[in-house]
Amino acid sequence: MIHALHMRMRRFLRRILTRPRIDMPLAMGLFALAMVGLVTLYSAGGGDLGLVGGQAARFVLGAVLLLLVSRIPPTVLRSWTPWLYAGSTALLVVVAILGEGRGADRWLDLGFMRFQPSELLKLTMPMMAAWYLHPRQLPPSWKDMAVVGLLIAIPAGLIAKQPDLGTALLVAAAGAFALFLSGVAWWRIGLLLGVAAAMVPVGWHFMHQYQRDRVLTLLNPEADPLGNGWHIIQSQIAVGSGGIFGKGWMHGTQSRLEFLPEHTTDFIFAVFSEEFGLVGVCLLLALYAFIIGRCLWIAMEARDTYSRLLAGAIGMSFFVYVFVNGGMIAGMLPVVGVPLPFVSYGGTSAVSLLSGFGVLMSIHANRKMHD
Amino acid sequence: MNPRRPMQPSPGGRRRGAGPSPRRRMLLVVGVLSLASLGLVARAFDLQVMQKQFYQDQGDARFLREVKIPVSRGTIFDRNGEPLAVSTPVMSIWANPPQVLENADRIPDLAAALGVDAGELKEHLAQRADREFVYLRRQMPPEAAQAVLDLDIPGINAQREFRRYYPSGEVTAHVLGFTNIDDHGQEGLELAFDDWLSGKPGAKRVIRDRMGHVVEDVEQVREPKPGKNLTLSIDRRIQFLAYNELKNALTEFDAASGSMVILDVPTGEVLAMVNLPTYNPNALAGSKFSDRRNRAVTDLIEPGSTIKPVLMAAALSSGKYTPTSPLIDTTGGHWYFQGHDIHDTHNYGLLTPTGVITKSSNVGAARIAMTLDTALMYNTYRAFGFGNSTNSGFPGESSGLLRIGRDWRPLEQAIMGYGYGLNVTPLQLANAYATLGDHGVMHTPSFIKGADNDPRAIVSPQVADEIVQMMETVTAPGGTATTARIANYIVAGKTGTAHKAAAGGYSRTNYTAAFAGLVPASHPRLVGVVIIDDPQKRSYYGGMVSAPVFARVMEGALRLLDVPPDNIGRWYAGGPLMSPNGLAGSKPPTDTPIDDAPVEDEP
Repeated sequence: MIHALHMRMRRFLRRILTRPRIDMPLAMGLFALAMVGLVTLYSAGGGDLGLVGGQAARFVLGAVLLLLVSRIPPTVLRSWTPWLYAGSTALLVVVAILGEGRGADRWLDLGFMRFQPSELLKLTMPMMAAWYLHPRQLPPSWKDMAVVGLLIAIPAGLIAKQPDLGTALLVAAAGAFALFLSGVAWWRIGLLLGVAAAMVPVGWHFMHQYQRDRVLTLLNPEADPLGNGWHIIQSQIAVGSGGIFGKGWMHGTQSRLEFLPEHTTDFIFAVFSEEFGLVGVCLLLALYAFIIGRCLWIAMEARDTYSRLLAGAIGMSFFVYVFVNGGMIAGMLPVVGVPLPFVSYGGTSAVSLLSGFGVLMSIHANRKMHD
Repeated sequence: MNPRRPMQPSPGGRRRGAGPSPRRRMLLVVGVLSLASLGLVARAFDLQVMQKQFYQDQGDARFLREVKIPVSRGTIFDRNGEPLAVSTPVMSIWANPPQVLENADRIPDLAAALGVDAGELKEHLAQRADREFVYLRRQMPPEAAQAVLDLDIPGINAQREFRRYYPSGEVTAHVLGFTNIDDHGQEGLELAFDDWLSGKPGAKRVIRDRMGHVVEDVEQVREPKPGKNLTLSIDRRIQFLAYNELKNALTEFDAASGSMVILDVPTGEVLAMVNLPTYNPNALAGSKFSDRRNRAVTDLIEPGSTIKPVLMAAALSSGKYTPTSPLIDTTGGHWYFQGHDIHDTHNYGLLTPTGVITKSSNVGAARIAMTLDTALMYNTYRAFGFGNSTNSGFPGESSGLLRIGRDWRPLEQAIMGYGYGLNVTPLQLANAYATLGDHGVMHTPSFIKGADNDPRAIVSPQVADEIVQMMETVTAPGGTATTARIANYIVAGKTGTAHKAAAGGYSRTNYTAAFAGLVPASHPRLVGVVIIDDPQKRSYYGGMVSAPVFARVMEGALRLLDVPPDNIGRWYAGGPLMSPNGLAGSKPPTDTPIDDAPVEDEP
């Protein structure tokens, strides 16, 4: 039995190496992005090679995961989906019980590394929504929509409770994207959005004070320039003072002189904007647009509903990460802890993102056959 | 329907009703995402192109700072180059409260290094959490400040400053004054010469990080101009002598306060000016404001008999008097004039004008005054500087009080002859005597060495010299101030013992004991005025209380300045045998001086 398992593993690994199922355009885009990320991180970290090395190691780990996941056919992945969803949600419960963290209980300490289970949900959530919708008649009925809504609400609620409203919204959005792509009628979407809008005051009531402060600060950063407004003001100064061509690599004053907080993590885009200017920003956004476009193209080419919904949701989530982070550093959106994918320094994010792209590679490898 | 069936094909009825096709929905997604991306780019364009200048200025304002380059205040030297006021580098510790509060656990360490209470420090910072700059402790010794910086607590910075130190402390306190914590003169010469001493702090533009640390100097905006040094006319050695002797006298006679002024006769420069009580300018806290007054230029006294030489200047100038004629009748020691009893301590009978000075006869002085033209007497007093500021430039200098001559009533003129009814400062009195000593040439008293002191002749040299000779008799046997004698030198001077003005008249028990004198009398070099206020023990006569102080200080000053003796001939020619009253020998004789009598009532 064990021997048989061992033999299967060996065959699997050999196939990864001999016949990789890699979408080259997507892979090249990701590679370019990772390089930009490392270069930017080197400057934002003040020339700290250790920081860059750690990040590169994570990219390598993520790439290995990508290769492994890309070998798993979508059908197999679909069959594992409920267990993956249940497992990651269970980890959220564990975290809620004994998690440890800084101000917010999000982290699980595995001894050799700390990781955020909520990060897993960013992938397992759209998988679960796609799994549920896959065998149903589309567009989904009210009942199906309600079931998906419940599947979304359980982990999102747990994450929001941590409290990590930003991630909770991203996870919920990932599930909702799958639902949206399944073709929910427009009038139903309109109705739901109306209800959601009506719930905003209620939600405001349940929000933590610091979360309210962040929203209020966005509306008027000057009200508290040394406190909550500090991030937004410093970040806008960094972006704005970059100008068209930027101050040059390693020459951003806002981060060098430590005026810009979190300049290696959530606010690294501000460092990039300051040093490379509008030209750099447009090029970086173009790179992101290429990757997202490729994701959506893969979704359209997908063979079945599960693959299509999942690929589309992953691509749209990826866009949301970039947009929310960019909106935050440009002072358009509240300060939420959303890193810039592949550029911000941070462990779990890069690894889980690359796993997600592994899923996309697999979907692409098993795409519709054009005659 | 088992959702776990892995190979279930896509449901056939993919469309229900008018649901959109997956392709159309995907295109819609692409459209929406593109629009959102365009929004981001538009915002980037807005920030980085449209508002670029604003944000660049904002950024620059955050790290480019113009900081002061501190300059040291000029040193004040005495006339021999001894430092009297020096600026020493010190450090002031300041904090950025929000940053320090972020590391609240370090506050006890910080408090210990600063030498303050941790709870109070935390409170102090918490109350100022909305500021970016708060002084924690100013003017620390550099080593102590370095110890604070070595703790490496974020938000704690040091600023270099200069603190004033006065090596002579309370001895020169009144003359020099002091500076405030921002190194600006508040009193005395520090205030008078503040512009000269303080210089101009420079400015440089630096790059500072968020912690306030200077990362890089960019450019110098303004050249720092250090304060200029100042050399005073004060002689520190004589100043110390005067201080010590005055202090001893105050203790010996249990007096309330005292002043001594010594001027250099040929130039009018102030060689010494001391006052008691005094204060320590290096530790101002706790000193009384009244102790900080430079009484020698701010306080008014009635000069009493010390005015008589000035009266004599008017008398000799009038042509009606010479030192020896005419004789003045003081018989009985009383003169009932306009209902007032002007009296002497003894019945001196007929006195020459010189005798009036020698014996300090009030009756004689009043009789002389009444023979003088009011205008002449007033103009002479005025010319000797009474009623006018001496223009020494000392802050807060008083002009004294001298009523205008045409308003004088006869009695007023009479008592003005022996020094009542007018108010003078000790410095004015010293300057009047210096004028007599310099053959009738008056100088503006000055605290600066080598200044142009505006010499002007106010009385004929002959008159001035005659008055000095008349005053020599005061310290000779039979004079009122034999205690003012100095071995080998002839001393010319005049005592004064005035009733202090009190509410409703003059006090019967409180006196001002004064002595003003010139040495060496044959070629006056120094003038000294000693004013001792309200002596309560042993004696209150100027000749007993103030004259010995004069003698002891001048004896030392003459030696220090290497002034040739003018009495050595008498010493060798006659020796002790010829001077039974003890002119030979360093100790002044102790025969009881005769002093001027006070008036009975307020005129």
